[in-house]
Amino acid sequence: MVSGKVAHMKAPPFAYARATSVDHALDMLSMHGEGAKLLSGGQSLLPAMNLRLMSPDIVIDIGDLTGLRGISIQSDVIRIGALTRHVELLESPEIARLAPLLAEAARHIAHPAIRNRGTIGGSLAHADPAAELPACMVVLDATIVVRARGGERRIAATDFFQGIFATALSADELLVAVELPIGRGPATYFFHEFARRHGDYALAGVAARATSDAQVLSEVRMAFFGIADKPILAKAATSLINVRGTPERIFDAAEAFGRELDPSEDQQASADLRRHLAKVLFRRCAETLLGFEPVL
Amino acid sequence: MTAPVAIALEVNGERVEANVLPRLNLADFLREHLQLTGTHVGCEHGVCGACTVRINGEIVRACLVLAVQASGQSVQTIEELSDSGEIADLQVAFRERNALQCGYCTPAMLMAAQDLLRRQPEPSREQIREHLSGNYCRCTGYQAIVDAVEATARARKARAQ
Repeated sequence: MVSGKVAHMKAPPFAYARATSVDHALDMLSMHGEGAKLLSGGQSLLPAMNLRLMSPDIVIDIGDLTGLRGISIQSDVIRIGALTRHVELLESPEIARLAPLLAEAARHIAHPAIRNRGTIGGSLAHADPAAELPACMVVLDATIVVRARGGERRIAATDFFQGIFATALSADELLVAVELPIGRGPATYFFHEFARRHGDYALAGVAARATSDAQVLSEVRMAFFGIADKPILAKAATSLINVRGTPERIFDAAEAFGRELDPSEDQQASADLRRHLAKVLFRRCAETLLGFEPVL
Repeated sequence: MTAPVAIALEVNGERVEANVLPRLNLADFLREHLQLTGTHVGCEHGVCGACTVRINGEIVRACLVLAVQASGQSVQTIEELSDSGEIADLQVAFRERNALQCGYCTPAMLMAAQDLLRRQPEPSREQIREHLSGNYCRCTGYQAIVDAVEATARARKARAQ
């Protein structure tokens, strides 16, 4: 605290409205534009407001829009409503069966008390570069479904995340759901992150999906988070496709991956530390996907 | 537009009505409007866990919930868990093992520990650590807290048999 001044850890004043339907929320969004913020679980928005990093004129609470909550299976997709909470990803039998990567990722999101409130839509719309779910959406080829008064848009996850707290969402749009393709045959997954304390934002993390046969990967996607301004796919992973995976090839690919990176630097970690951690994650990820015992 | 909003909620089994500013968080509402000061305020941005309460039976960070969001919900604070006797054994175990020094984190630590014990009656030490990972204690080094939770789990299991 600066002497003589009060340190603010409270949100600045704002107006509050509870949306009674999606259309009502969209009408209010369209009326208030950039001055409005949508509130679902509030686990990203409220800390940002308490820290005065954000000061919306009006907060539109969509917490009552229960139609946006829940997990459903349609013919070839699993659809997750925007208000579905992290704890539901963690406990859902459908997610465990059809998108186990998400259940594993949810285990790493913050702490139980935060997972009980935080929502998938909130996390994706907030687009924290160190968050787990955006990387999972990129790996799983998710489609982000957003709605405005004029209608619905469907955005590929790879196009959705654009930078630090920046997405393809316009100010008048509401993220309503994500859809993940299913029924693409058996796959293996890997998720891991390094954080100072379990549940803290990751210094570096990876989410990955692969299909393989007898230590040969036919498909692999690795998305790293916490090391750049948005989730990034490792280009070097393609060098492991359709070749016999060997420790040497994995090592070379990890080194090549390290050269792709221009990691961010902050109080938590230097760029060199992040590059090192990312390379370690790359190696462990590839070894696990190929069925090797990871060399720690 | 930033005027007070009327809210009605249940707190520790009693119906409460109030007019609050939208910016007021639930922790400050409980402490300053209802004088329920067992809910502590530490970091005020969701890191330290000292403000843990239950909403509709689930633990949440009261500093990351607006009082207006709690309207229509049922809130339980440490006062309720303590007065009802629900965690009397856990409190004794904390005391016996010196699982607190300054006590600032203790109400929320008890809320989080009881949440775990309700879901997982026989947690491993690793599970205890993971479930309490969102609650900072700056005094004890956590060992005694994990001991107390583990001892309570064992004692409850023995009583149930």
